[in-house]
Amino acid sequence: MRKGIDVFMTLLLYTAALSSCLVLFVILGFIFTKGVGQVSPAFILGFPRGLNAEGGIFPTIVASFYATAVAMTVVTPIGIGAAIYLSEYATGGRIVRLIRFGADTLASVPSIVFGLFGLALFVNFLHLGWSMLSGGLTLAVMALPIIMRTAEEAILAVPRSYREASFALGATKWQTIRRAVIPAAAPRILTGIILGTGRAFGETAVVLFTAGVSINLPVLLTDPGRTMTSHLYILATEGISLPTAYGTALLLIAIVLAFNYLARKLATKVR
Amino acid sequence: MATTFEVKNLDFYYGDFQALEDINVEIEGSTITAFIGPSGCGKSTFLRCLNRMNDLIPETRVEGLITLDGRDIYTNETDLVDLRRRVGMIFQQPNPFPMSIYDNVAYGPRLHGSPSKSELDGIVETTLKQAALWKEVKDKLNSLALSLSGGQQQRLCIARVLAVNPEVVLMDEPASAIDPTSTQKIEDLMAELKERFSIIIVTHNMQQAARVSDHTAFFMADDTGKANLIEFGNTDQIFTNPKDERTESYITGRFG
Repeated sequence: MRKGIDVFMTLLLYTAALSSCLVLFVILGFIFTKGVGQVSPAFILGFPRGLNAEGGIFPTIVASFYATAVAMTVVTPIGIGAAIYLSEYATGGRIVRLIRFGADTLASVPSIVFGLFGLALFVNFLHLGWSMLSGGLTLAVMALPIIMRTAEEAILAVPRSYREASFALGATKWQTIRRAVIPAAAPRILTGIILGTGRAFGETAVVLFTAGVSINLPVLLTDPGRTMTSHLYILATEGISLPTAYGTALLLIAIVLAFNYLARKLATKVR
Repeated sequence: MATTFEVKNLDFYYGDFQALEDINVEIEGSTITAFIGPSGCGKSTFLRCLNRMNDLIPETRVEGLITLDGRDIYTNETDLVDLRRRVGMIFQQPNPFPMSIYDNVAYGPRLHGSPSKSELDGIVETTLKQAALWKEVKDKLNSLALSLSGGQQQRLCIARVLAVNPEVVLMDEPASAIDPTSTQKIEDLMAELKERFSIIIVTHNMQQAARVSDHTAFFMADDTGKANLIEFGNTDQIFTNPKDERTESYITGRFG
């Protein structure tokens, strides 16, 4: 009897553990079967036609990459700079705790609130309008804590012995940071950047509020554009075309998974 | 070259804890000086005072005077970059950077100027030869330094220090973390290198001190952890005819 309970519990816990994997495969399988019929070179490289249900989704792919690129270009130097300050210059105390607390809180703000904030600040107050710039900047604000905290952890993980070796050779503090610490932390920092890129790429609420929804090929920073995520949202909620929505979802998930895979691969390579 | 350290009434504190008390010593150039003593006797702490590496540890404090060629190295005007270029350091654990063998050696020269590729190639080859590592690595200069064995890594660290032309090299138990063959190589190396600069070596290994050094300093801490320099003299004299009975007890293996 006791043995029976043991076997039963083992199975139960095993199933619980397996469920996360199961959910992932169900979602992936569902999106894949529904969407794979849509995806073709013409779908990826073509422009939408009719009520946006036919044709391709090329402009939305461009808009997604565009807004994400703007975001990462802005947030990477700021995030790494903040991380360097926190890990190498700040000498503990209240300010540092406040900055860390701020970053952690920022990370837990719901993305739709970031969207609203971006709409108020970049789109309206700064008159940037619905644009790649507004979308990218708001995404940057959202990705800042991710980049900053992963970079900080990466820098703190650099052994003290590298710093000592550098100082002992007559390096200044900045030389030590730039030539010994950052290169040693670079793979982990890069992992954080790629993870942040994946997050920004898959973000919906933020860009829906700030990048616009018009389907055009964004060229200038001030051009609006509908990202893949916004496109997916509109196609599905307005009942325009579920098959196109699934096709878009499949592409979106493939790109985000590719970012995650890249980050994971880099992280294991470091070890 | 005769770069000389002169230390007068040196006290050193970690926060409230006094680690060194009233150290007085003069260390001449072109010699090998060994610091010996039981664990925790402050010999590494003292060594790290000489290139101000202890500055990196928060809440440490130095009182007294250390001069290098007559100039106080603990003034506000002291150029730490210059001091540490002149006074190189080899650490207990080999600590090459996670970059190529070539870039490790080139690290120092690149800090202190912008040498051309051919100049760097020359420096890398010469210093690796001086560090008795050239033969083993000449075909894989672009490989990661961390792929080398511990003993090779330590010799790479020596080459890296040589590349900035130091006048004194401080060695903090350089052979304690590596195998006997590599230790042998490093000891041979020291005998050659002292022609070019003086060496101050902290060692736990008394045979090593007796083998390689010209002068020996014996440190010991009292019950409160305060370390003193008990005796300093020619290595022969310290090992055959110590003046202080504590030195004698230590070298004959009665404690430590």
